[in-house]
Order: sequence, then C-alpha cells, then structure tokens
Amino acid sequence: MPLDTAIADAAAPKPVADTARIALVGNPNSGKTALFNALTGSRQKVANYAGVTVERKEGVLTTASGRQMRVLDLPGTYSLRARSPDEVVTRDAVLGKLAGEVAPEALICVADATNLRLVLRLVLELKQVGRPFVLALNMFDIAQRQGLRIDLERLSQEIGAPIVTTVATRKRGLPELLEKVEAIVAAKNLEKGKVEAENVWREPTASEIRAAHAEAQRIFKACVKPPERPDTVTGKIDGVLLHPAAGLVILLTLLFVMFQAVFTWATPLMDGIDAGFAALVAFTNDHLPHGLLTSFIADGLIAGVGSVLVFLPQILILFFFILMLEDSGYMARAAFLMDKIMGGAGLHGRAFIPLLSSFACAIPGIMSTRVIDNREDRLTTILVAPLMTCSARIPVYTLIIGAFIPQKTVGGFLSLQGLVMFGLYASGIVSALLVSFVIRRIFWRGAVEPFMMELPTYRWPEPRNLLMNLWTRARIFMARAGRIILPLMVLVWVLSTFPYPPEGATGPAIDYSIAGRVGKFIAPLMAPIGFNWQMTVALIPGMAAREVAVAVLGTVYAVGGGDGETGALSTLLKNQWSLASALSFLAWYVFAPQCLPTLGVVKRETNSWIWPTVMFCYMVSLAYLAAFIVYHAAVAFGLG
Amino acid sequence: MSEAFALSPEFNPAEIEPGGLRPLASARRGDRGVIVRVTGVSGAAESVAAEELERRLLEMGFVEGAAIEVLHEGLFGRDPIAVRVDDTRVALRRREAGAVSVKFDGR
Repeated sequence: MPLDTAIADAAAPKPVADTARIALVGNPNSGKTALFNALTGSRQKVANYAGVTVERKEGVLTTASGRQMRVLDLPGTYSLRARSPDEVVTRDAVLGKLAGEVAPEALICVADATNLRLVLRLVLELKQVGRPFVLALNMFDIAQRQGLRIDLERLSQEIGAPIVTTVATRKRGLPELLEKVEAIVAAKNLEKGKVEAENVWREPTASEIRAAHAEAQRIFKACVKPPERPDTVTGKIDGVLLHPAAGLVILLTLLFVMFQAVFTWATPLMDGIDAGFAALVAFTNDHLPHGLLTSFIADGLIAGVGSVLVFLPQILILFFFILMLEDSGYMARAAFLMDKIMGGAGLHGRAFIPLLSSFACAIPGIMSTRVIDNREDRLTTILVAPLMTCSARIPVYTLIIGAFIPQKTVGGFLSLQGLVMFGLYASGIVSALLVSFVIRRIFWRGAVEPFMMELPTYRWPEPRNLLMNLWTRARIFMARAGRIILPLMVLVWVLSTFPYPPEGATGPAIDYSIAGRVGKFIAPLMAPIGFNWQMTVALIPGMAAREVAVAVLGTVYAVGGGDGETGALSTLLKNQWSLASALSFLAWYVFAPQCLPTLGVVKRETNSWIWPTVMFCYMVSLAYLAAFIVYHAAVAFGLG
Repeated sequence: MSEAFALSPEFNPAEIEPGGLRPLASARRGDRGVIVRVTGVSGAAESVAAEELERRLLEMGFVEGAAIEVLHEGLFGRDPIAVRVDDTRVALRRREAGAVSVKFDGR
C-alpha cells in the first residue's frame, strides 16, 4: 500500500503556486464545520465527490498576506481506517488518492480541546501519512473555562506539528492558524525536489491501534492536566434526557412540537408561495397568446417550479430543528433512545433522522441516509422512507376526509376526522417498521451493524453557524430536487396535454391525452379496489407529486378549472363516490409510490435502477392489497 | 414484535469469567471498573468480522486499562447502554459490549 500511494503522489498534478489546497480533518463534533464556516464565510460550494454520493464542501479564503487558499471540509472520522463511504473519502483525500481531486498540500486537524484523548490517535495516524499539518485546538474558550491546562509547546514537540488554539464560533485564532498553514505550505514548496516525507501509513491492525492508543495516552498524560472545573452540566442534563422513561417522553414531545411547527408555521408561507405561483400562471395565461408554448410555460414550467418551491418553508423549518438538535448534541441521544425501537424493526439507530425528515418529504429523507455506514441498513431505510406520511399527502387526505368522514366527536372530545388523519399517519409508521422488519428478517438476514456512537458534550447552537448550515441545506435541496422534479413535471405535462381533444369534444381535455387514455386503459385493473376511471386518471398526473391528484380530480370532474375549489369538489365527490371507494383511495395513498421525484432520487442515491424498481413494485403491491382489503371490508359492512 | 426487542437468542455472554471479570454486557447502571480485555467476539452473531469489531471498539476508546462507568440504560431490555470510557461518553448496544471484559469495583 505505501508504494501505491507514493506512485499516486508523484502522478498527482502539481498545484498552482498561488492557490494552496488545504483540507480539514477531525473527529465528529470537534467543531470542524464551524471552523470551515468561519474560515470561508459564504464563499462555499457544495457538490458531490466524483462517483460517490458523499457531500463535497469546498470554500475559498484569502489570508492576511493576500494569498488564496482552497479549503476542503472532509467528513468527520475517528480513524483513517475507513468504514463508511464518507470515511473512505476522508482517507483517500488525506492520502491524496481521491479520484478527481488534487492532493492537499497541508491539513488542518481540528480537535475539541476538551476532548483530546481520541483525536491524538488520529493525529498519530496523520503523522504517518507524512503530509504537513497544523493541529487546531478548537473550543479553547471552553477548555480555559474548565481550567484545563495544556502544555502546548510540549504537545507540539510530541506530535511534530504546529499547534494553534481557536474558537471557531467567535473567529478567534484564525489569523494565527492561517499564518501557520502558510508557513508549512511555503516550507513544503521550498523543499520541492528534495525527498518529501514518506507516507508510511497503512491500515492498522488491532494491536497497532492498541500501541497507538498507549502512545496517545502517554502524550496526553504528559501534556494535559485534568480540568479544575470539569463539565458537570452534560451529566446532569443526560440524567433527565436519557432517563429510560422520561427521556422517551421528552423526545416524543419534542417531535410533536417539531411537527406542529413544520405544519403550522409553514402554512402561511406555503399559501403565499402557492398563491404567488397561481397568480404567475394566470398572468402568463392572460398575457401570452393562447397556445402550446404558453401552456408549457404556465402549466409545465412555472407550475413545476412552484411545486418544488412550495415545500421549501416546511423543509427549512424541519432542517432548522434537525440542525438545532445536531449542533446541541441531542441528536446522538435521540438515536440512543430510539435504537431499540428501530432495532426491533431491523433498522439502524441512525435511520431515525432520515425517517423523521421523510415526514416533510421523502426526498431530503432519502438524501440524509448517507450517514448510515452499512449498505443494507441504508437501502432498507431508503426503501421504507416513502411510507412515512409526507406533507404532499395531506391535501389528498384532507380532501377525502373532509368529503366523507362526518364532523363528529368521539368519546366526548376527539374529532373523528382528526382520528382518521392520525390513523393514516400511524399506518404509515407501522407499515414502515413492518416492511423493514420483513426485509431484514427474510431478505437480508445478516446480523445488525454494530451501534457505537459518541455522546458529545451539550452546547448552545451558535446562531450564525446554524443559519449558514441551514442555507447550505436549503441550497442542496433546491439544486438536487429541482434537477429531478422539474423534468418530471414537464414530462407529466406532456402526457396530460397530448394529444389534443378533437374538435367539438365535450369531455375535459385530459380525457383525450395519453394520461387519460392510460388511465382509462388500466381502469378495469383498478375496478376490484373500487376505483372508477376518474380516480384512475387522476393517479397518473399525481405521479409528478401526490397533491397534483387533487387538482386533476377537479379537472376531470370539471369543477371550476380545479384550482382552489376544494369545497365544491368535496361535495361533488361525496355524491359520486361510495364511502368504500373513498376509504380505498385513502388506503392506496398510504402506500402507493405516487411520486416520480422520489423514485428519481432513489436512482441517484443508489446509482442503480434496481432499487427504484424494487421500491415501485413493492409499494404498488402493498397499495393494491391494502386498497382491496379496505374496499371489500367496507362493502361487506354495507358502505358500498 | 416483543420478541424483537429481546436480545437475540444466540447472544449468551459468559456471566462470570475466571478472575472476577464480567462482560460489560452484563453491567448495570452505576457500575464502575477498569477494562481488562477487549476482543472482537461479543457472543452474538455480528455483521462484521471479529477483528473489525475489535478495531472499532478500540477506536472509540475501549482499550485495556481505561476506566469505565455505566451512565445510562435504555428502556427496553436496558439496552443500549451509555458508558463513560475515561473522559468520553459512548453509547453502544449490549451485544457489542459482550466483547469488552471489565473488572468491576467492589464485586
């Protein structure tokens, strides 16, 4: 291995003299991303590494001497011995072997000054790589407050690298850090032509890790005096938040508040965006000559962009909560509390965050499965994520419940409509757990991936840092989702528009389109589950986004163009559909893969057509089965 | 479902080992001690090789000689557990904790 690396090093293109490349490495929770944000400010670019779905965050900074540097924020790790795709990227980037990347000239190893024990072993590994690095002792203010004394000079000698103390969130120590980085880059450039430090790193064996630990321990004891006022707050908070019973109650309360926020705070914004785009569509239709191009711009493009943007408020609020929970250190506790419940269904504790996100939209949920190391664990999570009730189902649920479920109270205070809504959510969750249970017990019977997670010290989230991360998340969502959703919206527009109705046609235009024909063609297939052809036709444009089905039902029943007329539509449906058909439609919507963008994202994230196909097939089968059972049970009870 | 919450049937760490050692898997909240041995064999079927599990444990700080204290237990089957290893708080399942032998204080 060392030989391979040496060759790769020699073959790597020589960097331009003026823009040095540096990379940030460090343990998770060391404040690495905060340091990255502080160093580069808004000059960041987020993309993927070539060929893998690992996020690549790069920024540019200018040092005091006017020199430009490119900074790469590598995924956090405890070791260069990579286990997950994320950690492979870190290892290969550090070794300078990452495809499509120029080897960094220097590294900044970011360490939490109050938690040095584990990072020192990583530092020893970095030393073997031979690439020059600076150790940034971050969160140094907290270390000082605790009365932790670190012999910086001795530590620097021991690890053979310069050390700078930093407080990333207050931007303290950054000029000194950059000065040191510039110095080692300059020294490296001077030495060019001479023999560079050789890379002697290779994957350590267990006994080598033990030896490195002993060495790290020796350095630690020699250089760090234990804190005079150790942190006791985290222990006290954990006493409550990790209490076996109270901890779960608090977690559930937190989730409840989060959902309330996602749905209630976002509503005015979403209504605003909706109204804005509806106005824009109307404006376009009014001011451009009627015809194909106008229809394409208004109903295809503008409506398509709108259907993506409308979810942005919910996703921002959701990410805001998730980032708060992550930055404060609570997310690891949530995974701890949920591990047994998730594990019972064969899911990894880390599947918690992706499944949580899927309540807003399965797309960010599926994207965030990247934190799961094990491939089977990750695929299982991806496959069940769309069963979580996403917000796009809500308009459909609201319409049908409003039309068919009477507004009465049960047991004195519970609304029947609310209960049905709750039941739909619950069936989504239960079926997700059941499906993953089946996958892990029958198809992938392998043992569960080990669950080991550091529980970091609690910290107040830093507002500036939080906002920057939120902005990054939002940008990633918009870019990725937009690239997938928009073309699909255009496709669905084509299917629902062509061919045109013949002259003198009486029915709505969609009847004559490809979507309408396909709908009528498969209608006999759907008859056993109680769907009439109008319902079936609505399902096809509904593939673009679930809530579109509502608008299409409006169109096929020719109710005022289908916009904002849900009151009239709901009365009409009540007269046209039997209760059994309505319930069957709801059951279908709990399971059906009524969302092409989700399938598109699954294709992207798994780099294969197999998984979206598997997802589509199993979800359609479940949906058909559930709708069949519900319909026939309802008919048997005389609700047909 | 309740069966799923229990530890897997093949999971059977030795209760008491010679020399008064016990696997971390059997520890209760508040137990303290010193890690005496870390292996990759937890007593349960693992998805990773023994050497790999051993290395992961070592990398998280589970190393011979480290002080350990059980801080918290989960609600269902007291699993997973949160422990303090020297200065680091780590959460892990009792399955994997079967690979860590501890000499507990006062027992």
